Amino acid sequence: MPEPIIKIRDLHTSYGELKVLKGITLDVYADETLVILGRSGCGKSTLLRHLIGLQKPTKGEIYIKDVDIVRASEDGREEVMKKIGMLFQGAALFNSMSVGENVALPLVEHTPLESSTISIMTRMKLDLVGLAGFENFMPSQLSGGMKKRAAMARALAMDPDILFCDEPSAGLDPIVAVGIDHLILKLKKAFKMTIVVVTHELASVFLIADRIALLHEGEVIFLGTKEEMKNSKDPRICQFLERRPDEEIIDRDKHLSALVGEGYIS
Amino acid sequence: MRNIFGKTGHGFYSFIAHLARILKLSGQSLYWIFIAPFKGKRIRWRLTFIQMVRIGVDAVPIVSIITFSVGLIIAMQAAYQLERFGASIYVADLVGVSITRELGPLITAIIIAGRSGSAIAAEIGTMKVAEEIDALKTMALNPIGFLVVPRTLAMIIVVPCLTILADFLGIAGGFSLAVFSLKIPFIAYFNETATAILLKDFLTGLVKSLVFAVIISQIGAYQGFSVSGGAEGVGKSTTASVVSSIFLIIFSDLIFTMIFFSA
Repeated sequence: MPEPIIKIRDLHTSYGELKVLKGITLDVYADETLVILGRSGCGKSTLLRHLIGLQKPTKGEIYIKDVDIVRASEDGREEVMKKIGMLFQGAALFNSMSVGENVALPLVEHTPLESSTISIMTRMKLDLVGLAGFENFMPSQLSGGMKKRAAMARALAMDPDILFCDEPSAGLDPIVAVGIDHLILKLKKAFKMTIVVVTHELASVFLIADRIALLHEGEVIFLGTKEEMKNSKDPRICQFLERRPDEEIIDRDKHLSALVGEGYIS
Repeated sequence: MRNIFGKTGHGFYSFIAHLARILKLSGQSLYWIFIAPFKGKRIRWRLTFIQMVRIGVDAVPIVSIITFSVGLIIAMQAAYQLERFGASIYVADLVGVSITRELGPLITAIIIAGRSGSAIAAEIGTMKVAEEIDALKTMALNPIGFLVVPRTLAMIIVVPCLTILADFLGIAGGFSLAVFSLKIPFIAYFNETATAILLKDFLTGLVKSLVFAVIISQIGAYQGFSVSGGAEGVGKSTTASVVSSIFLIIFSDLIFTMIFFSA
């Protein structure tokens, strides 16, 4: 077994009383695409925020390429971050800059390259995501799908080893969404990147994933390949795959008192 | 009764907490301006320059018009009183001293707080809502170094300059009233102004404007970073940035006046 590129060890996080992550241990291997799947509020976005260093856990360790990013110094963490790409759910392009400036920003800030080289690299990255010729557009002039692609180009600007994607198909129509999935597949083939995707979109999971981790109420309840997931008998996994709603538990007295207020019914 | 104490205590506690966080942010800004450059982290002069144009150059017309008018107003009010004693010439002293000591720095700061302090809060706040601040962090760009430092530096450079401009135009306002309406000879007014204003008046005004610049930029940035919950949050923080920076400007002005001019 190769050495994992990301190691998550016994990660706990709580917001006050509410425990969001309850001891997550997970390995991500180099060049694989791991999809973290789960319902809304299961803690998957929180987990991702920990992985990119935006939030500190209550307890536990995260190693990215053997650097403990929870306890690393600011400089140490930034060194790791330079080789990581992140695609945000809302694209998070800088609205005051053109698309080209957005993509060029990490290069301008972190590399000693000349501006002519940077502009060539910017155009190459935009070409890669299918946005050649859009470098002078402002983010507000782009459609949702194009914004995601531009954000992807920016995430790829520093040639990252690891790419994180937060809900890549959220808010997009099915055709544009599948386009983004295919873009991820293309990147995977072309660059041999480690890709970690957080989503609840089943269709894209089965298209892009090498392995799937299913998160449920702050715990990893399943980790394995697509086939293993399809063959699983766990009721929680089956419910997820069959898209069944939660069963309503009906307690008439409780329901009634919730509607009319406490103490009304003796 | 208990409720009143509870509310007062809670209010006081949250005020102190705010203050502590603002001081922390200012400390970080100072670190990024004065210490980080020696650790191989550069200051972004290009962004600073853009902010200097936005905060300073673009504010020249409004600062000019308002301070000129204030100079006129003070001269008119003073002339109305002083004429009865045949002491119209002292309009020059009154305008010169009040503009350089107080009104020049204060009015400039209040205009900039309304114009640019709010813009800083709104800009940073909108960026926070749109995950842009998070995006900066994941690109290993520190938001303080990237956003706050250029704005703070630009403020520190530009507000004293605008204050000098305000001093001149305020005096010019008084001057034009005196010469054209009170028929005081040009040279007499000039000499009276020159003897009335001490270098100390002018310099204390500049020191104050420097402090006001720091207050406006730090409050604006702080309010921007503390935005939560979408467009409404941005609106609230923008308002709060203007209100609290004007409050702190007046309050620090009070303290400065006590230090500089109390016997």
